[in-house]
Amino acid sequence: MGLRRLNLLLPVFFLLCMAGFTVGYAASEPGGKTTGVPVPVIPAGKGETCVEDIDFMRRNHMDLLKHQRDETVFNGVRTRRHSLKECVSCHVVAGPGNVPVSASSPKHFCRSCHDYAAVNVDCFQCHASRPETGALAELTDRDILSPAATAGTD
Amino acid sequence: MIRKAAIEKHGTDPVFDPGRRNFLGSMAAAAGITLAPGVILYGIGKSSAASANAPTAAVTSDVRWGMLIDVNRCGEGCDDCVTACNTENGIRGHGRETTDAQWIRKLTISNPDNGTSKSLPVMCQHCADPPCVEVCPTGASFKRADGIVLVDKHSCIGCRYCMIACPYKARSFVHEALDNQKPHAPRGKGTVESCTMCVHRIDSDRQPACVEACSDTGGGAMLFGDLNNPASEISKRIAKFTTQQIRADLGLDPGVRYRNL
Repeated sequence: MGLRRLNLLLPVFFLLCMAGFTVGYAASEPGGKTTGVPVPVIPAGKGETCVEDIDFMRRNHMDLLKHQRDETVFNGVRTRRHSLKECVSCHVVAGPGNVPVSASSPKHFCRSCHDYAAVNVDCFQCHASRPETGALAELTDRDILSPAATAGTD
Repeated sequence: MIRKAAIEKHGTDPVFDPGRRNFLGSMAAAAGITLAPGVILYGIGKSSAASANAPTAAVTSDVRWGMLIDVNRCGEGCDDCVTACNTENGIRGHGRETTDAQWIRKLTISNPDNGTSKSLPVMCQHCADPPCVEVCPTGASFKRADGIVLVDKHSCIGCRYCMIACPYKARSFVHEALDNQKPHAPRGKGTVESCTMCVHRIDSDRQPACVEACSDTGGGAMLFGDLNNPASEISKRIAKFTTQQIRADLGLDPGVRYRNL
């Protein structure tokens, strides 16, 4: 008999817990917003638009990169449009002292989304995750996001 | 005696003037321009003057990149080529001499019979028939259409067969996790790597870093060019002077040639 009552009560308890969590979460949102689901804060890239539509890039950037990578490695085709180097240069994020952060920082453009989606990328074990130091001179203050603008990413 | 005469002639040969070579290098993008009567600037584009410097053009077998190294001009204490290579490709040692990556190294060879010694740089010899490619189980080790032998690190599993197969000991295995790599030279733990002939520079019509350094501050011993083009400086010199390939007996036809070895 005790066991049967427990069977009835468990789902109720579970639902109550969920409701409590949602309310608690919504209350903890800054500005009293009740969005419900946390979303990653993705730092903006340089320029007005990405090389393709944002929706397309979100789903297909890995295919573009993989195609470009084989073209570059085997055929020496070094167009910039879909190259990882160009992604990294355009989506550079400034860390302390206006120095671009590497992929070891959660503020890094790629990580901001990949951490959220729990998808591990191996690219930066070999590839540079930020522009070369010499290239920094070409960047203006406007090109690099200020630390304040990216403060909410971690 | 004959040899001495040849060296003297070589010393005064205007085409060996490093300054002139710099000029040629800087003007390389303007392929095929006649500078003066009888002096034609040769193109070092991807395949021909028409497609030079076109990032969209795939490399073709119309060209075969190679090097000619004049050992007599290579200084025994000079390692400018090695330093330039390390700087260009972001190669840093970990204080472990036996396993640290080495894309180019200086060797000193001596003849015990007469006590003479010579110094020369040795790197991947970019063979026409590379044994590293033959043994690679994944196809990671490959020869580009223009003759440059490379490792596709995306498919390299780090088995190191190629290191064993290479008679020149040209390849290195990356044992440590790396950071701060150069954007143009990705390198990573668990893969094999070797001289790429600065493929990123070649694709933008520049000379390899070692060749540039040798001509700037070294002895001007290294010459880079297209072995397939009979009008290129390197082909002309190979046609004119006696040159050697290291371990030519193996029949691998290395693209790196030596003179006065």
